Amino acid sequence: MNVPCNRIALLGGIYSNYLALEVALRDINYRGVDAIYCLGDLGAFGPFPDRVFPLLDEQGVQCIQGNYDHSVGHALDDCQCGYTDPRDNYFAQKSYDYTLKNTSDTNRCYLQHLPKQRQLHFGRHRVLLCHGSPRRVNEFLWESTTTDHYLDVLLDDLEIDCLFATHTGIKWKRDLNAGRRFVNVGVLGRPENDGQTCVWYTLVGDHGSGPVDIEFVPVHYDHRRLAREMKGEGLPEAFQQTILTGWWTTCLESLPSKERKKGRF
Amino acid sequence: MGLTSDSTPTGLRVALKQLEHLWFQVAGTRCNLSCHHCFISCHPANHSFGFLSRAQVQRQLKDSVAMGVKEYYFTGGEPFLNPEMVPILIETLEYGPATVLTNGTVLRDSWLQQLVDAELQSRYSLEFRVSIDGVSPEQNDPIRGEGTFDRAMEGVTRLARFGFLPIVTIARSWPLDKEDHIVEVFADRLRRAGCDRPRLKILPMLQLGAEVTRSGPYAEGDRITEEMLVEFDRSQLICDHSRIVSDRGIHVCPILIESPDSLLGENLAEADRSFSLEHGACWTCYQHGAICSNPSQGK
Repeated sequence: MNVPCNRIALLGGIYSNYLALEVALRDINYRGVDAIYCLGDLGAFGPFPDRVFPLLDEQGVQCIQGNYDHSVGHALDDCQCGYTDPRDNYFAQKSYDYTLKNTSDTNRCYLQHLPKQRQLHFGRHRVLLCHGSPRRVNEFLWESTTTDHYLDVLLDDLEIDCLFATHTGIKWKRDLNAGRRFVNVGVLGRPENDGQTCVWYTLVGDHGSGPVDIEFVPVHYDHRRLAREMKGEGLPEAFQQTILTGWWTTCLESLPSKERKKGRF
Repeated sequence: MGLTSDSTPTGLRVALKQLEHLWFQVAGTRCNLSCHHCFISCHPANHSFGFLSRAQVQRQLKDSVAMGVKEYYFTGGEPFLNPEMVPILIETLEYGPATVLTNGTVLRDSWLQQLVDAELQSRYSLEFRVSIDGVSPEQNDPIRGEGTFDRAMEGVTRLARFGFLPIVTIARSWPLDKEDHIVEVFADRLRRAGCDRPRLKILPMLQLGAEVTRSGPYAEGDRITEEMLVEFDRSQLICDHSRIVSDRGIHVCPILIESPDSLLGENLAEADRSFSLEHGACWTCYQHGAICSNPSQGK
């Protein structure tokens, strides 16, 4: 697909955080972009999973399928998040059962048919959008456990200049050989385990020469309302605390030590 | 059923999809302990595999760049018996994330200070995995040796004092219905030892090496069949994405180095060959998945 434009917006996992999505889309419209993409995991963690779909539809956001979308779409038994710790899986299952139960058949059908990846020609750049990695939908590409040469070989094999992913929940970027780039676009669904309550999306610009320009954009939204709504829906107290404090309380065992040390727990 | 030239059913062969995890048998089979469940029977006088030198490791690190390796792991024996272990880890952190599997009993402050500094200067994580096999000396010491529980806990405390977040690994030697309780008790004990964010990884027992004497070998039926691999996610098997370097060459996985068929070549390129899942340990890997990588593994 050719995208004749010079700026696109990339949204990572939304995790049912429709309040942050509303603010992000307003901000994107104000700034002006040529296309908006979401890299998957529309549901999870937050309340009222059906509320994100009309927002995405109104703005023509083009989505790809995350592991959660695949699971919900096909009504599988679990979210396939890739956690291996019993406590992480306990909370992941609570969240998944709620999301599956509260996602309409129409929206499940939509999730089921989402593409797994998208290739774009963005200006002169060959771009791939994926969820976890091009190899595995639930692969975690953390900054402290992903080598330069791992990314270089991936981009070589795929014959692309830019690779964008999400899934880990923490944004980062790396410059690679020959002006190529890898970017984890972060997520809108929950804060980054740094004590801030904002969430993030990514703007990608093309200036006609040089590598693509990356801007991580903070999204400040009514996180207290989200936490209240999560409580009202009976979602775990531990999830509400993450929204209110900006520190992760679950999914900690998948974090490598450098990322884990930046958090409180 | 298709057959290869060596009469192995082709359906049981697993190709190396991508070399993502590169292991080093850096201490060979030398260990200061003689654990009764060690799957390669390491002990102080076991010289069947030798130390890897810093130069040998460096050569493989260089070769690994073209292969796109994502993570590096160091095991033994006890890696810190290798006199070049600290510089090896420091050099590895220039290439990528490093994990070292240690029994925690021989760590020195001067080494840990150098490693703290190296990790701070690196963009990559350095992980320590410390093996302890029970929540008390009464559970651990009959398996790992007299006094080893206290010594390993001292190692964990020492690592925590230097700011590391060690992953404590325990081979499962209890009934599954007791696991939640054991994990809870052990996490609490680790917190009291100064490890305020305990990370636990539970491993299945491998009925190989010294463990054969303790609990017996794999039964004949404990094998993967072609039918079991239909629609199975082979990325759960370590041989799908890993290899290990020993002083003899490149083997298929860290579990099977003593098996002659595990030796695939002299360099990483030669080791890009398929492997037949005919061992009892392959069955354990199939059942549990991810037994060798860092994230913890539940029941």
